[in-house]
Amino acid sequence: MKLKIITLSLILLTMIVSCQSQDQLEFKRYYTSGSLIYQQRCQNCHGKNGEGLSALIPPLTDSVFLAANKQKLACFVKYGLNTEVVINGKKFEDQMPATDLTPVELAEVLTYVTNSFGNKMGTISAEQVNAHLQQCR
Amino acid sequence: MRKLAGLLFIVLFYSACKFNDGNKTTLPIYGNRDAVTKTVDGKTVVDTVYQTIPPFNFINQYGDSITEKSVKGDIYVADFFFTTCPSICPVMHRNMLKIYNDFKNVSDFKILSHTIDPKHDSVEVLKKYADKLGVSGNTWWFLQGKKAETYQLGEKNYLIAVKQDDGAAGGYVHQGWFVLVDKQRRIRGYYDGTDEKQVDKLIADIKTLRTETDEQIAQ
Repeated sequence: MKLKIITLSLILLTMIVSCQSQDQLEFKRYYTSGSLIYQQRCQNCHGKNGEGLSALIPPLTDSVFLAANKQKLACFVKYGLNTEVVINGKKFEDQMPATDLTPVELAEVLTYVTNSFGNKMGTISAEQVNAHLQQCR
Repeated sequence: MRKLAGLLFIVLFYSACKFNDGNKTTLPIYGNRDAVTKTVDGKTVVDTVYQTIPPFNFINQYGDSITEKSVKGDIYVADFFFTTCPSICPVMHRNMLKIYNDFKNVSDFKILSHTIDPKHDSVEVLKKYADKLGVSGNTWWFLQGKKAETYQLGEKNYLIAVKQDDGAAGGYVHQGWFVLVDKQRRIRGYYDGTDEKQVDKLIADIKTLRTETDEQIAQ
């Protein structure tokens, strides 16, 4: 009896641990690919540390803005941004150009940005990005 | 104790060497040069004439006319950009801002940023750009002028490629060079404005150039 319980709990434990590492593995994969995309496509404007450029280009360090606009981030990156945004209490009115990134690439780069520069939002998956893109205005 | 003295000796020796090196550093002079024979006080002497930036005339972000006389006696850094540039300009001006902040209170230093899209980049647009970048005063000028003159100056005199290309991102091809020009309007250095390390080198070179005495300048 005792042995059975131990074996069962061991199996359960292994399952939980392996599940977690699956998630972590996915996160790492997204984050690493996202970091490369960021260097190639975002860094010139937003900076190595997501610091932006004075009042011309917003920083990517406003965790509150990122969390509040989580569903719109994919739209911003794909279609560009033409409206005024308030980041860290400062207004930015210049436009951001559109990109030709695929949904998977969008998910990767968004996972990188929302988990760098002091942000910690976890994985933004390709499935989520696809759903968010349906809602773009 | 002995060890300490030895160490001290090494440190002193090393710093002495470095000090000497620092004194010897001079920057190259770029461009074509001609030998000219002149007669001075009845004697024939051969003089070297260096290539210089010719006279120019542009308008800055305040609507003021800026000519070669405006930078008389100044060291300056020149670059070419446009405000709607999606590619390398932001990183160039992030780096240029570093130079600006280091030298904005230095009276004999200027930055001239020429727009290669004067149709869009009017004086008002340039002023707004400067304001948003956090640039004020008269150290960093954003210059607007006839397109042909700007392109000519870039290609023939600063020797950097600038041209319109509707296929390129933003419609223009240009290279992110920062050009260092001395008080005689001679080119003394080229630096990749997108590369932080080269920009640090430029900052060091500006300091070196500022220590050049009139005697060295006359050579």
